Amino acid sequence: MRVLPVGGRALLVELADGDEAQALHAELLRRRAAGLIRVRELVPAARTVLLDGLDDPGRVGAELAGLEIPPLSARDEDVLEIPVRYDGPDLAEVAAHWGVPPQEVAQIHSAAEFRVAFCGFAPGFGYLTGLPGRYEVPRRATPRTTVPAGGVALAGPYTGVYPRPSPGGWQLIGSTNAVLWDHARVPAALLAPGVRVRFVPEAR
Amino acid sequence: MTDRAFAVVRAGALTTVQDQGRPGHAHLGVPRSGALDPAAARLANRLVGNPPDAAVLETTLNGCSVRPRCAVTVAVVGAPCAVTVDGRPVAWGAPVRVPAGALLDIGAAVSGVRCYVAFGGGVTVEPVLASRSTDLLSGLGPPPLADGTVLPLGGVVAPHARVDTVPHPAPPHELILRVTPGPRADWFTSGALRTLTTRAYRVSSASNRIGLRTEGPSLERAFTGELPSEGMVLGAVQVPPDGRPVVFLADHPTTGGYPVIAVVREGDLGAAAQAVPGTPLRFVTAAPRT
Repeated sequence: MRVLPVGGRALLVELADGDEAQALHAELLRRRAAGLIRVRELVPAARTVLLDGLDDPGRVGAELAGLEIPPLSARDEDVLEIPVRYDGPDLAEVAAHWGVPPQEVAQIHSAAEFRVAFCGFAPGFGYLTGLPGRYEVPRRATPRTTVPAGGVALAGPYTGVYPRPSPGGWQLIGSTNAVLWDHARVPAALLAPGVRVRFVPEAR
Repeated sequence: MTDRAFAVVRAGALTTVQDQGRPGHAHLGVPRSGALDPAAARLANRLVGNPPDAAVLETTLNGCSVRPRCAVTVAVVGAPCAVTVDGRPVAWGAPVRVPAGALLDIGAAVSGVRCYVAFGGGVTVEPVLASRSTDLLSGLGPPPLADGTVLPLGGVVAPHARVDTVPHPAPPHELILRVTPGPRADWFTSGALRTLTTRAYRVSSASNRIGLRTEGPSLERAFTGELPSEGMVLGAVQVPPDGRPVVFLADHPTTGGYPVIAVVREGDLGAAAQAVPGTPLRFVTAAPRT
């Protein structure tokens, strides 16, 4: 763990990998809920957690250095099921990368259990990890100018679902009618960091 | 003509509704947003008797015109500009009573960039995640003002402040931004931080609510390679591949993949919001405190 000061009110904690970052984020959420730490923003990312809005970053940094971080446990969390039609325009290309027939993409993708590692890009856009490493795919060479809301897509080690129509360079393997973001709903984001997810194939 | 609302007659180059923003949702990819010059927004509110976090209008360079449907107290602060009611000059930086149906015009900024227009009772568009701010990066909050739009006003809760003059910093002729090095200064050559904090920059015309872009010497990376996405703070000095530093302002993305060489003190960002394109800019090293 490396703790980097960010200006006068924030710390960026760098971990060895994404799993450690998710475990630290979960532990920091527990500590905040228990009143053990006062922090305005806890922003997990690929292998870091940002703590922003700290009164005394020096003291918090020293505490973090000695922190025991329990590994992620999946026991008590519900799994959110997202129905997917595996009919995306990049299905064949993804299948070619994986070296499987196109009809097996749905089977492989829906067999994995995912976890929202972090959010970014747009409100409610989650970066989900859970696919085995051999299924990483590159981004499209040319991003699409418009990806429809509900597009289920892959890039690098991540799966994401577009919360609203937007440009996008990820490989589209399917689509869902699930509402990823609704600011009038509580919670607004279906896929907040830490949420466990399974994609369930829908009949076409 | 007595409902509490106003109609937009001239929207101006870019006029948005802003309050103190929606911090606390960065982990969902929601930018903080809010007034770029928060001290000016708070002062405008104080002058008309509003709580400091009431929603105001933020104009860009050429002001705007509105026609209130009810008598209302307004105050314009931030960038100095001419203010008129039905063509007659009225005070800038002080409470002004605008009769129902009169035309309030906020003129072009004489210096600076952004005027803040507070109305007694505040602009009461529907809040999104407890804030009425327009977020130009992610599209949350009300869209920028358009000619003909009607926006609601809240009920007046307190009488306006009894003041003659208010202290207010002039927009900067030279913008000085105090920075704390890090968190990714080690991604750059040893000369890059020195270049940043000793050489002259200018404010670029490509600046917006997301970031203050700069023109000047580019900052050289110590090694190429991609930084995995990480959380970004207000005031982060991010360096994209062209090497020209960008200072993140209120609508900045919550995560980013370009290394941050230093962070600007939050208290200096109001001046950054008022620096017109071409303003000389210097980054100076400061102790890590805001």
